[in-house]
Amino acid sequence: MKRLIRLSWRRFFLTALMTVAMTAAAGTALAGGTLRVASMGEPASLDPHKVSGTWENYVVGDMFVGLTTENPKAEPIPGVAESWTVSEDGKTYTFKLRQSSWSDGTPMTANDFVFSMQRILDPETAAEYASLLYIIEGAEAVNKGEAKPESLSVKALDDQTLEIKLVGPAPYFLALLTHYTAYPVPKHVIEKVGKEWTKPQNMVVNGPYKLVEWIPNTHVKLTKNDKYWDAASLSLDNLTFYTQEDRAAVQKRFRAGEIDVAMDFASDQIGWLRKNMPAETRIAPYMGIYYYPINSAVEPFTDVRIRKALSMAINREAIVDKVLKTGELAAYSFVPPGVAYYDKPSEVDWKDVPFGERQKMAKDLLAEAGYGPDNPLELTLRYNTSENHKRIAVAVVSMWKAIGVKAELFNSEVKVHYADLKQGDFQVARAGWIADYNDAQNFLYLLETRTGANNYGRYSNPEYDQLMLDAEVTSDLQKRGEMMRKAEMLAMRDQPVIPIYHYVSKNLVSQKVVGFEDNPQDIHRWRYVSLK
Amino acid sequence: MLAYAIRRLLSAIPTLFIIITLAFFMMRLAPGGPFDREKQLPPEIEANILRAYNLDKPVHEQYFDYLKNILKGDFGPSYKYLDFTVTDLIMTGFPVSLRLGLYAIVLAVIFGVSAGTIAALKQNSTFDYLVMGFAMTGIVIPNFVMAPLLALIFGVYLSLLPVAGWGGGALKYQILPVITLALPQIAYIARLTRGSMVEVMNSNFIRTARAKGLAEKTVVVRHALRGGLLPVVSYLGPATAAVITGSVVIESIFDVPGIGRYFVNGALNRDYPVVMGVVIFYAVLIIVLNLLVDLVYGFLDPRVKVE
Repeated sequence: MKRLIRLSWRRFFLTALMTVAMTAAAGTALAGGTLRVASMGEPASLDPHKVSGTWENYVVGDMFVGLTTENPKAEPIPGVAESWTVSEDGKTYTFKLRQSSWSDGTPMTANDFVFSMQRILDPETAAEYASLLYIIEGAEAVNKGEAKPESLSVKALDDQTLEIKLVGPAPYFLALLTHYTAYPVPKHVIEKVGKEWTKPQNMVVNGPYKLVEWIPNTHVKLTKNDKYWDAASLSLDNLTFYTQEDRAAVQKRFRAGEIDVAMDFASDQIGWLRKNMPAETRIAPYMGIYYYPINSAVEPFTDVRIRKALSMAINREAIVDKVLKTGELAAYSFVPPGVAYYDKPSEVDWKDVPFGERQKMAKDLLAEAGYGPDNPLELTLRYNTSENHKRIAVAVVSMWKAIGVKAELFNSEVKVHYADLKQGDFQVARAGWIADYNDAQNFLYLLETRTGANNYGRYSNPEYDQLMLDAEVTSDLQKRGEMMRKAEMLAMRDQPVIPIYHYVSKNLVSQKVVGFEDNPQDIHRWRYVSLK
Repeated sequence: MLAYAIRRLLSAIPTLFIIITLAFFMMRLAPGGPFDREKQLPPEIEANILRAYNLDKPVHEQYFDYLKNILKGDFGPSYKYLDFTVTDLIMTGFPVSLRLGLYAIVLAVIFGVSAGTIAALKQNSTFDYLVMGFAMTGIVIPNFVMAPLLALIFGVYLSLLPVAGWGGGALKYQILPVITLALPQIAYIARLTRGSMVEVMNSNFIRTARAKGLAEKTVVVRHALRGGLLPVVSYLGPATAAVITGSVVIESIFDVPGIGRYFVNGALNRDYPVVMGVVIFYAVLIIVLNLLVDLVYGFLDPRVKVE
């Protein structure tokens, strides 16, 4: 017995000594660790060709890297492509790829990108977001089933050189390539196991983190990919994403220290958060617009005076300051501020008119159009069911009442809401649009005639359409911006949509987290993040 | 008894068939489809997607395809969780809901029956009023109020339990969800038990048992409870089915990966195969549990003949 005890004491001291030594060593190295993120939604899939939401972007965006990728400020930087040249007419891009490999060691080549682009545009894949790549020559025809995928103008000139031809010069193309629709997917795995390629035992990636486990409605776990070309710069060892959507519960978990980053919080909590957790509460301008499209195809909303009156009568500052209170920006233009090559969006010409006067002008416009106290304008305002949409709608209805408009509210759940908007079954409705990429065109195309269903109000102005068409083929970025600004000016004069506010991003970030930078696209790549 | 059970199960098949048919067509009556998005999809993309899921076929064709597939055991893919099939989702989700539900029901029976019985025995005493008062609160306070309250007290303020999550099924993650699930059941069963026990205690055969000189405890436990529990047993059949198929509120607030959410979210997402899958699952559970209830009934009350 004594002998045993002596031996175990020695072992104890040795282990203790080693532990202390190792901890000291670890303390001086990069912190490592596991970051726990509430991504606020269950991914529909981990296949980048099958996803379409911000919550999936947070997960998938560090599993794959495209030709270009984002820096901490979400600006495009070289990704798999280490350099590129653009032809004179801006329509041909030639990318030189770096030497890199997939997480299973297979070398990555230009053919992987050819395969991936063909796959996402192949109608068989039924990719929801494929239209984002229509700027590539042949893409639209392939996706419509009118041409074979091989006809796509994405060609591998050799293993490390990729050539892409566009339909017209697109200054936003390099920014667009950071989007997950342009991510490469592993041809050698997909050809072997097909749909099962996203299961943890099969999944192969080229990005900084790879899949360990995905339990639906519980978590997604990622771990460091040692084969990533820049693995040495990674700090975090593991990432765990919790997909809970209940924002109140997520906030409680954050308070209790169970979560390090929450990618959203409920707007009505802003008072409490500012008071109790000011350092963790992050609000920043976000590239999106909250607006009310008006159905310009039905009477009486064909009359621009009525649309203008409805828009003028809304006190946006009151909505932003009293209803939302999270620092959103009152919107008098369609394109939000801060968009690349688009210095000052075109705003309505009545922006600086004092509100009282605006209300009078609105009433006069309605009178001109034949509406007044004995013939009030009646309409239905639709919104999709949500606490915030309701509060804003209620405020707007009372503002319209002040100019003699009788508005009724109608809410429906999101699928019904958008199904009806698609059919043109509305008078005035609520809608929102978050930019896919940092370019004004991504907003302004919503008002082009050829856009079809996404142009909910079916605004159709040939002058507007022509300006947008001309801008599409202009390579001078300043001139292009000017043309689009002229188009926006027409829309702000005609008010086919009522801009209400520009979004802000809302995040909760623990003080232990370093490297999470606010940016207008609210894109945060975890490869730049570390834990203190 | 076996023959009875088999007969009951066989006669349930037409019921199941009607449920499947009704659910299938009712789902499609709701406006909007599974692939409607805030950003409207270009028509050719929408066509691609609908074709990939056979949603472009006429409805009756889809219906017969669906019947053929479920007979083969294929309940289809999910339209929302694209990397998983309906079977995957139910197989991973049900064990979680089952565990939480069973714990809740067991707790509910133990505490509910005890409290209800003692309340009946001490009728109109302080204890009786306390128990019934608590029962009323338990029934009246909705679970979406109780759950965040418990999470706040025990998770945030006292830091005794995790606020939410499943943690692979470790015990500490189950405590709050089980309690929230159990409370309304405890309350309801307590009331049921009390009411039925009060009635039983006044019946003739109890007087006979007492006259025979039996101890009160024996009278209550061996004789009165058997009859007094009958309403509780009837209640437990469908109640167990409901509780073990999960609660969308509990699962959302505590981030627990059960199948309760699929009932609600499946409908909101127009995820037809998932909704059909959980509806069929639930229907089968109710049929089986109701059968069990009837068998237990026959065991408890010798006056009931199971034929």
